[in-house]
Amino acid sequence: MGKTFEKPEALSDAHTHYCPGCTHGIIHRLVAEVIDELGVRKRTVGIAPVGCAVLAYNYFTCDFQEAAHGRAPAMATGIKRVRPDLIVFTYQGDGDLASIGMGEIIHAANRGEKFVTIFVNNAVYGMTGGQMAPTTMPGQRTTTSPAGRNVEEVGMPIKVANLLAALQTPAYITRQSVLKPKHIIQAKKAIKKAFTYQIEKKCFSLVEVISTCPTNWGLTPVESIKWAEETLLPYYELGELKTPE
Amino acid sequence: MRKVLMKGNEAIGEAAIRAGCLNYFAYPITPQSEVAEYLSHRMPEVGGVFLQGESEVAVGYMIFGASGCGERVFTTSSSPGISLMSEAISYIASAQCPAVFVNIIRGGPGLGGILPSQGDYFQATKGGGHGDYRLLVMAPASVQEAVEMVMEAFPLAEKYRNPVMILGDGLIGQMMEPVEFPEHLSSKPTNKDDWATTGMDTRKSDKPNVVKTLFLDAKVLNNLNLTLKAKYDRMKKEEVRYEPYNIDSDYKVLIVSYGTMSRVCKTAVDNLKEEGFEVGMIRPQTLFPFPETAINEAAGKKSCKTVVSIEMSMGQMVEDVERSVLGKRPVEWYGKCGGEVPTPEEVMEVLREFGK
Repeated sequence: MGKTFEKPEALSDAHTHYCPGCTHGIIHRLVAEVIDELGVRKRTVGIAPVGCAVLAYNYFTCDFQEAAHGRAPAMATGIKRVRPDLIVFTYQGDGDLASIGMGEIIHAANRGEKFVTIFVNNAVYGMTGGQMAPTTMPGQRTTTSPAGRNVEEVGMPIKVANLLAALQTPAYITRQSVLKPKHIIQAKKAIKKAFTYQIEKKCFSLVEVISTCPTNWGLTPVESIKWAEETLLPYYELGELKTPE
Repeated sequence: MRKVLMKGNEAIGEAAIRAGCLNYFAYPITPQSEVAEYLSHRMPEVGGVFLQGESEVAVGYMIFGASGCGERVFTTSSSPGISLMSEAISYIASAQCPAVFVNIIRGGPGLGGILPSQGDYFQATKGGGHGDYRLLVMAPASVQEAVEMVMEAFPLAEKYRNPVMILGDGLIGQMMEPVEFPEHLSSKPTNKDDWATTGMDTRKSDKPNVVKTLFLDAKVLNNLNLTLKAKYDRMKKEEVRYEPYNIDSDYKVLIVSYGTMSRVCKTAVDNLKEEGFEVGMIRPQTLFPFPETAINEAAGKKSCKTVVSIEMSMGQMVEDVERSVLGKRPVEWYGKCGGEVPTPEEVMEVLREFGK
């Protein structure tokens, strides 16, 4: 009997630093599988963010650049403009993309830059220790909103995918999750679609992925999945928000 | 090649193309927006890349991304814009990527004004961004010299894998002068296979290249800083440039001045010579590395009583002059900043005073 399951070539042998129950590992794997299936590993450049995925270059086996906080879309723009033949993706969290990097992502999307952004949204800053993010839910306790996010003071969580889908420039904008196996299958389809659009030089793509952060949510991995399903999914609705056709 | 009459900003744009740089990202800011305007039509003509970014912050990272994948790239801006790009400049220096930044300085601090100034001397030579890095800083005094320095900046940036800054004041960008583009300064980009993210299929090795600036291990980060320091020390040995003026005379006063300011000083030196009052001058062409030895030796001349730093800033370069003179002679400062360039008469008046 042949092999039925193996590590994608685009993933390295390194052990990740991610916490138990964190969904970054799943998302890394989906991106790597897509890179393998499309046969583009040797012409791919990934951009690592500042946040939990800052060390992503240790886990992928393609060229990588590491951006400053929030600046990955500008960096990807620089690469893609001077080397349009390269396949470029940014991998960013919600603090990185939705807070400090909001300007860069909106303008890159609006210019229709032909790269892919994987936007991992777990409603909290991870690397810096669980502070409130622009995506933190109303009432959600974090280390900088100990009484829960007060929307009177700091407004409602930002729906990034919806915001970008409102731009007039053609793009592929979708919101997925990796909470259940059925979600993971859907998320992979979306990531593959996004990379395919890039290969076809069609449009900018953003795949928002609703994820968990058991460590900073103060929940077990299983409780985290439940909390995300009950709290995040009703607000951050899954589905295709915009396609370039 | 024949000479053409060109505005400094446009000549800087053309010089980059002639040097072999076909990638330009920028954000408009007075007094250097003509570079972007010029390159917005010129880059497409030569099959190059022109992109107006959404901010200087973003442009800094477009430059980082492009240089990280091994392409020649440059940007131009002016003081407040360079402040915003300074974040990226620190990262680019850390990641050891070559790139060229042109700063056509305007008056500061804050929004300041749009007239010429040399107020960004500290920012260019001592940092601007965070951490232990240096830029190789070249300061042109004419449009012709700006052209040559821009053309030389690309191979220098690649030699050291470090950003190079051309520091010109607003006058260098705004004035028109006859220029020629020396063909011998055109050069092909160097091979960057061992570090740049060119895509693995363009290289022989099957090892991914990673362009990064995070080094969490204290020893590793210390070693990176030692590597950077070794490069800056090498620049100090190999790249110091300056122009001596009237240095064979028995000068009583030695001027240190650069850029537009040095041209006014030259006129003052010539006029005072006719009065029988000798003044010498060292014009640094590189601000980092600084011509410390040349200034120290010139200050030590027997006839020399005083050294004066004349700059369009409130006493910035004077600190490097003091550091060079090492107490051999008193070091004075004269300057103006607000946009008004001191006249030769004003400089002569000051020199007569210091020469007493």
